[in-house]
Amino acid sequence: MAQHQDRNGRRLVIAVPYLWLLVFFLVPFLIVLKISFSQIAVAMPPYTPTFSLGEGWNGLVAAFKELSFDNYIWLTEDDLYIRSYLSSLWIAFVSTVITLLVGYPVAYGMARAPSHWRATLLMLVILPFWTSFLIRVYAWIGILKPEGLLTVVLQTIGILSPDEQVRVLNTTTAVYIGIVYSYLPFMVLPLYSALEKLDGSLLEAAEDLGCHPLKAFWVITFPLSLPGVIAGCFLVFIPAVGEFVIPDLLGGSETLMIGKTLWAEFFSNRDWPVSSAVAVILLLVLILPIVLFQRAQQRAQEREAG
Amino acid sequence: MNRGPSWFNITSMVMGFAFLYLPILILIIFSFNESRLVTVWAGFSTKWYGELFRNEGLMDAAWVTARVAFVSASIATVLGTLAAITLVRFGRFHGRTLFSGMVYAPLVMPEVITGLSLLLLFVAVNFDRGFWTVVIAHITFSMCFVAVVVQSRLVSFDASVEEAAMDLGCPPGKTFFVITLPIILPAVISGWMLAFTLSLDDLVIASFTTGPGATTLPMKIYSQVRLGVTPEINAVCTILIALVTIGVVTASIVTKRQEIERKRAEAAAVRADEPQQV
Amino acid sequence: MVTKGTAAKKAAPRKTAAKAAPRKAAAASARSKAKSEASSGQPGKVGPVRRTFAPWNDPAAKPFILYENITKRFGDFVAVDDLTLGIYEREFFSLLGPSGCGKTTLLRMLAGFETPTEGRILLDGQDISTVPPYRRPVNMMFQSYALFPHMSVADNIAFGLKQDKMPKGEIADRVDEMLKLVKLEPFKTRKPHQLSGGQRQRVALARSIAKRPKVLLLDEPLGALDKKLREQTQFELTDLQQQLGLTFLIVTHDQEEAMTVSDRIAVMNQGNIIQVSTPAEMYEYPNSRYVADFIGDINLIEGTIASVSRGKVTVETADAGKLVVNQDLKADKGQKAWIAIRPEKVRIALKKPAARTDNVMSGEVWDIGYLGDVSTYHVKLPAGSTVKALQTNATRLIERPITWEDQAWLSFSPDGAVVLLS
Repeated sequence: MAQHQDRNGRRLVIAVPYLWLLVFFLVPFLIVLKISFSQIAVAMPPYTPTFSLGEGWNGLVAAFKELSFDNYIWLTEDDLYIRSYLSSLWIAFVSTVITLLVGYPVAYGMARAPSHWRATLLMLVILPFWTSFLIRVYAWIGILKPEGLLTVVLQTIGILSPDEQVRVLNTTTAVYIGIVYSYLPFMVLPLYSALEKLDGSLLEAAEDLGCHPLKAFWVITFPLSLPGVIAGCFLVFIPAVGEFVIPDLLGGSETLMIGKTLWAEFFSNRDWPVSSAVAVILLLVLILPIVLFQRAQQRAQEREAG
Repeated sequence: MNRGPSWFNITSMVMGFAFLYLPILILIIFSFNESRLVTVWAGFSTKWYGELFRNEGLMDAAWVTARVAFVSASIATVLGTLAAITLVRFGRFHGRTLFSGMVYAPLVMPEVITGLSLLLLFVAVNFDRGFWTVVIAHITFSMCFVAVVVQSRLVSFDASVEEAAMDLGCPPGKTFFVITLPIILPAVISGWMLAFTLSLDDLVIASFTTGPGATTLPMKIYSQVRLGVTPEINAVCTILIALVTIGVVTASIVTKRQEIERKRAEAAAVRADEPQQV
Repeated sequence: MVTKGTAAKKAAPRKTAAKAAPRKAAAASARSKAKSEASSGQPGKVGPVRRTFAPWNDPAAKPFILYENITKRFGDFVAVDDLTLGIYEREFFSLLGPSGCGKTTLLRMLAGFETPTEGRILLDGQDISTVPPYRRPVNMMFQSYALFPHMSVADNIAFGLKQDKMPKGEIADRVDEMLKLVKLEPFKTRKPHQLSGGQRQRVALARSIAKRPKVLLLDEPLGALDKKLREQTQFELTDLQQQLGLTFLIVTHDQEEAMTVSDRIAVMNQGNIIQVSTPAEMYEYPNSRYVADFIGDINLIEGTIASVSRGKVTVETADAGKLVVNQDLKADKGQKAWIAIRPEKVRIALKKPAARTDNVMSGEVWDIGYLGDVSTYHVKLPAGSTVKALQTNATRLIERPITWEDQAWLSFSPDGAVVLLS
């Protein structure tokens, strides 16, 4: 009897989150997939066919017949989409590299800081992560806009003449700054945890065996921090590809990013089928890095366990 | 690493943290600016805060956001904790791979996709969009973050403690409430806080899933930001930053205190164990 | 590690042949006299092992490593306090002490990871205090082994050689030689995490000797191994040291380890050296209660000096009246003193022993520890202190075994004990 109860309790614990995710995560995806094969229609919802269970099996079959690859063909015909995908990947890649270059020295310094400082430093890195993304991006607008603080500062110290203004806002450069700024904690944290774990006696051993400290960094420290580097890069790259807020607020019309394109397609053109198709392709593009990332994480966990 | 930082380390850290904090600091400073211009300092004033509280649209949005964040964080914490227990304690079961995939995927899913897909679901089932649709959307993605946070705590604690409780006659359900939950409580609380701030911050998913009468604060800020930088927005942002900072700093001080307390107790216990040396 | 056959011995002669430094009959050297008052005047024939390698007794011999008035402070904490110590070439020297006594700091200063606050360190006559660690001709085996986790066993061993820009072929040969020496040839391509604790220890050892350093520093080299493996490795270490003819400086808190491997031991406490001597001298003639207690098990009986004459000290104790020890000692009558006697040198019997010359005490058997090969008897003396006696269980059957609460007689020879003043 008790055994029976236990099993029921266990089933309930599994079922509640399982069903929730099925209904609100997996099913919506299937709907996106289905709509991406549908046609735009002037109706609510603005696509056809709509499935309705009332029409029975035949209705379902008829609806399926109406599905088509038109939206995907459309995506290949208009080079806006392909350029958006490529440019998203490129911007995400460049930003990831810059974030790594900025983040590594910070994480390295933190890992070498006296241990009673580290908790505070760690909190200083995490704190911006808790403050709103939108606010942090907004903060940069005030700095980068033509009559903004950067112009004022550069004019004051004489790098710019009083009638000149910086032209950074609404350019891709601003998008880079925004991504690097917003995602820096995602890079620093895994790097820090990898560097902090590094046993100081390894560096001493290298020195003891005749290796110059600078060289020891490249043959010992850096290779051993690679798991952190990989994790940090993926954590920046993957969300950066689908980023919407940063290119929308900081980027200009020439900055193409797929998240922005999807948003415009959905809210401005109200073309739900095409935006669904864009989403499906975006997911396909991201699946490879996501799978690679999960694998790397799993390997790291196994290494730690073993 | 046990050796002290070099000048290079210190410089790079100072520059890194300056990069992280200067923009926020500037934003806060200019929220107290007398002038409407956000680049020229014209004296200290709190008038924009006053204006803020008279702005009914913003206040409504803030109230909606707070309610959404509270409700969604609370439900997400329950669901996320259950998901974490399922993943850590229940071993293999039918559909486990799919389940763990669904828990981890939202963490890296672009928000535009999550938002779009949920909206399409609500449209497909003809669910009236508004407060509850935003709550559901926020629960769905933040429960996964809660699950990860709680999971890491569950993994690191010894399951034999639970077994001991059951060995002493405590049924599994009760064991969870009297043994497991108290031990993982710090993780559950920080999971809740994470879910709360995620919901507070979210713009993209809320924009997709919201309906009439449920405009959240980030959406309001976003629509104003598009029109340009204003001191009111700086003021709103400053308040939000202050709230989050107080929350995070308090939480970390509390955990640090507990840690120091624990370490001190451990050290004392170790000393008590040592034989008295001559 | 090293075959203990005759072939190996021929290739690398044992101490007797290789280190034929003429042994001065003039008893303990000036150094040990200064260091250990209590042992002064005692002949060198202490303990069961005859040693012929003893450059520290030769006034003409120059120390290979010389710590000269070394002080090291970390903030307010004094880790090493104005310490002077000489270590000779081909010596196996141990620094022994509890954690925090400064022994590791001393080792790390020689490796170059810490700089002395005051004083200087000479290696082979040259001041190396300012030489960075990567230019010092000494190598260290780390307590944690510090094996590079991302490199194979062979790459770990080759690391130091590569830093010296040694030609590739020679590196490969040397690595193979080292692998053979530590018997790890089959594990050449393994990564450190695929090795057992003992194998890792040997990789660390091979890596640190691959460069043929002048001095090998070992920081708690066997601490991470289990007891059986530790005992086996101790002997392998001494053989290896013989074979390579290197100077070994080892840091340990394990007195058994220090006793087994060392030519000489320095016992340290709070940044100071308390006593430097051979293991046997250290055991038989500790110079203080601290050393006596640190090395092995010992009974300390408190009393006051009753009389001092040439070669003989009498101590008045509350527990057993007057006790006599054969020892040259400078002490004043009435001075506080302790008689230190090892349990195995105390005999226990139920009848009063006949020998007149021995010291005799009587008390109640309080506790018996049967360990199989030996038994320890804890006997409570009338004034309250407990004395331990160790007896070998040489026969299986005993006519009248000693039991709890028996009234027993303890005796020890005046040659077996030492009188300690501090």
